[in-house]
Amino acid sequence: MWRRSASFVLDKHQNNKPISLTPSIDSPPPHSMADENSNPNPISAYYQTRAAHHGIVTSDWLEQAQAAVRRYPERDYSVSPGRPFSVIEEFNNWRQQPDLAEAVAAIRALAAVIRASEATTMMELEIELKKASDTLKSWDTTSISLTAGCDLFMRYVTRTSALEFEDFNSAKSRVLSRAEKFGEISCKARKIIAVLSQDFIFDGCTILVHGFSRVVFEILKMAAQNKKLFRVLCTEGRPDKTGVLLANELAKLDVPVKLLIDSAVAYSMDEVDMVFVGADGVVESGGVINMMGTYQIALVAHSMNKPVYVAAESYKFARLYPLDQKDLEPALRPIDFDVPVPPKVEVERSARDYTPPQYLTLLFTDLGVLTPSVVSDELIQLYL
Amino acid sequence: MESRRNPRAVVDPKVRQVGFFTSSQPDSTQQPDPIASESHPVSSISPSGNSLSPVMIPPPRHTSSDTFPIRAAAASAVSPSSFSYSSRRDFPDGSTTASPGRVSRGSFAKSSVPAASSLPGVGMDSMAAAKSSSVPASGLTTVSVVNMPAGLSEKATGMEVQSDQKKNSKPLKEKTTKAERRALQEAQRAAKAAAKVEGGKAPPVTSGSVASTNVKANKPAKPASQKNDGVAAAGGASEKKGGPSEKDRKKDAPHPRMQYDDESRVVKAKRRAVVKQTEAKNRVELFRHLPQYEHGTQLPDLETKFFQLDPMHPAVYKVGLQYLSGDISGGNARCIAMLQAFQEVVKDYSTPPEKTLNRDMTAKISSYVSFLIECRPLSISMGNAIRFLKNRIAKLPITLSESEAKTALQSDIERFINEKIITADNVIVKHAVTKIRDGDVLLTYGSPSAVEMVLLHAHELKKKFRVLVVDSRPKLEGQLLLRRLIKRGINCTYTHINAISYIMHEVTKVFLGASSVLSNGTVYSRVGTACVAMVANAFRVPVLVCCEAYKFHERVQLDSICSNELGDPNAISKVHGREDINYLDGLTNNANLQFLNLMYDATPSDYISMIITDYGMVPPTSVPVIVREYQKEHLLV
Repeated sequence: MWRRSASFVLDKHQNNKPISLTPSIDSPPPHSMADENSNPNPISAYYQTRAAHHGIVTSDWLEQAQAAVRRYPERDYSVSPGRPFSVIEEFNNWRQQPDLAEAVAAIRALAAVIRASEATTMMELEIELKKASDTLKSWDTTSISLTAGCDLFMRYVTRTSALEFEDFNSAKSRVLSRAEKFGEISCKARKIIAVLSQDFIFDGCTILVHGFSRVVFEILKMAAQNKKLFRVLCTEGRPDKTGVLLANELAKLDVPVKLLIDSAVAYSMDEVDMVFVGADGVVESGGVINMMGTYQIALVAHSMNKPVYVAAESYKFARLYPLDQKDLEPALRPIDFDVPVPPKVEVERSARDYTPPQYLTLLFTDLGVLTPSVVSDELIQLYL
Repeated sequence: MESRRNPRAVVDPKVRQVGFFTSSQPDSTQQPDPIASESHPVSSISPSGNSLSPVMIPPPRHTSSDTFPIRAAAASAVSPSSFSYSSRRDFPDGSTTASPGRVSRGSFAKSSVPAASSLPGVGMDSMAAAKSSSVPASGLTTVSVVNMPAGLSEKATGMEVQSDQKKNSKPLKEKTTKAERRALQEAQRAAKAAAKVEGGKAPPVTSGSVASTNVKANKPAKPASQKNDGVAAAGGASEKKGGPSEKDRKKDAPHPRMQYDDESRVVKAKRRAVVKQTEAKNRVELFRHLPQYEHGTQLPDLETKFFQLDPMHPAVYKVGLQYLSGDISGGNARCIAMLQAFQEVVKDYSTPPEKTLNRDMTAKISSYVSFLIECRPLSISMGNAIRFLKNRIAKLPITLSESEAKTALQSDIERFINEKIITADNVIVKHAVTKIRDGDVLLTYGSPSAVEMVLLHAHELKKKFRVLVVDSRPKLEGQLLLRRLIKRGINCTYTHINAISYIMHEVTKVFLGASSVLSNGTVYSRVGTACVAMVANAFRVPVLVCCEAYKFHERVQLDSICSNELGDPNAISKVHGREDINYLDGLTNNANLQFLNLMYDATPSDYISMIITDYGMVPPTSVPVIVREYQKEHLLV
């Protein structure tokens, strides 16, 4: 990484390592389930899943996915005896469902842990859950909603266990039912957000959308169903090509759509009334982490005084606080350029960026319509 | 006594009216003759009655023989207030206790300590010259200062007239009361002589009753004394004091954020004062509401009094001296030292008969706090700690025996220190270290204890970074930090604050400490911090403030002026060790030159990227959330 100080540049030249191939996600496995916990892929699993949802398959990705699938059946039963259940496998099963949010998949996996657990006290259950949640988190460190969902669930469990439950089973079943309800909460959250945002879409407005967020899609769908007249500009969303997908979906709803290449955002910003994006994670400062390109669009919109609205469920609030773009866990994804790229050329493969809160106008969440500074308020109340 | 009045021989220093001044009383014609000539120029300078605010002092102050007439004249020139005449009239009086009260109210032109030493038993002149030194006499007998309040109560009418609240309503009455007060003073002097014999409150009561007969009908002594309390209560109504009662008035701490340009309150504070401070001569107009004293004058005085101050606990006294001399500085250090001193106080405490532990100990703590304020104004962290302590004292169950209560209090204080300061610092270090990456160039300003711990811990974790220490005169605190870092082998660079914009381009992160963070996200910290934060912001460098949560306050401050601390002006004028550039040496007394040595400044929240506290990393907008959620927890626990 380049530094502003000359001394560090010199140091870097001396210790030059190719950074483009650094596997960024592997972390030392926390405990006995050693092999299974290390992510076999150097690519962010989260973004792989998203790509899978979008139906975009690149050749490398396909290869790696197949390799991974091949690897899994062996690993399932080679671990310490008495634990054929694997939380990661469970999680992966859940997250393959295209309509399921990441955090919900995590919580469902943790619910499965509870079901399969043989603990007899709340404390033991908590410890098991903590172990499972750590496993999940370390397996994919780049996914913010996964981390946030796990933390949220752990918080809920500890709060429940703090209550006086004489019967362990009743406490356990209560936690289990809550976990199961969480999936419905997630879907309901999207509906709530969609309802809240309807007031902000007026007839004749032009909305710029970046990335294929299921929440944003829900908002637009509901607006279309409410017979609002509006127009959508979609960015192409390289390398995921999410724009094309979204355009397809919106066309099915008879919403006028226009596709832009990513570079045409500033050009078209004049005719835009508002920008809608989703979020992979909402951080403590009130900023959002989202697909690469969001920061750019927010900057352009801010300089032209267009409001930027972020639609995110409350379980995406994470206790991170990035200071700049590089302060995040790097999440890399393969980028296809359609032409072979010479090996000496570095490629910026990060899949996401951080948009600071001063460029965001409002956050639509299931807790209501919030300003970015309220996120920290909510987090403090939730986690402390 | 009228014979003592002398015409003014000097012209008052220029008075520039800045800020809020209520209308003055019509002063000129009512003054005794000597000042009649002067009052005109006085009033011409400013229409307001506060034309000569109490801190206005004529230049030559140190020659005792001269100062008396001048002082008297000066005092008389302060005439629109009740102070002046009283001071003039006092001098012929042989009783030392009579004059202090008048004198202290009359003038804030305190003489320097040498005059103080000449106080007892010297004649009129030096008495007059040593006006302020007579106050130590009253200071020594802090308990007997109680004599003053009642005696002064009728004076309070005059003071009330002076004070902002009452000013507009009673211009005419003031004339008559002054005339009356002359007579009052005669009576009081006699009463005071009797009071010395009796040593009780009776004389002031009699003098008060005498005074009351003389005072105009619509100002009986009782409402006057109530007004006196009213002023105190108005001052103390906000936060930090228990309501002043007649009994506890002597023990009440002055409001920690007392405005020092309100003469009545300053007078009251001085009455109770243990530390005799000499007011600085040349003061910047804009900062008149802050106390400024001649540095270096209090220490020898205090040291000699070590064995004479009965009401003061030696541990508290020691801490006060350490504050005065600057041995202990930094929010955490001062707070811990104070709390440990209070632990000693609790340990040695024994409830006097007929008193409850809660109330008596609270009163005692308040008096100690007022002493500490005199040594050095409280920092916000200390204020919060004191509030916590008083709250714990108040919440002690009545059923506890004295020793149980004492142990409970001591363990509470211990817990506060451990949880809120020591453990909090560990948590802050843990969070902050995650933000330091290999290759970072970290800039820090001054010597914040939290940041030092972060840097040392990051170094232990073998992170590769280098540190840029920025420093500024006159304190040059960065050098201390520099030494400690270098000893551990951290790669450091040192520069002065003038070079900030030069080096900022190579900085990746700025770590700052804070004395407090206010509710609107403003960081109140060592002067110069705002500069560093603004330059960093201009260069898009993130600014991280490390501050423990007990230093948060629900106050809001928009600028660095309304609440600050003034340091020693001589520290600016003198550059130690560099005789060749000491151009300003000796110019501190020049009427055309005022030195301003501010200690703190306020950094707006826009320049702060994140605040690292023991509750995690939060944006500056979340400070009121933490104050709301957690400060009541430790107050109500």
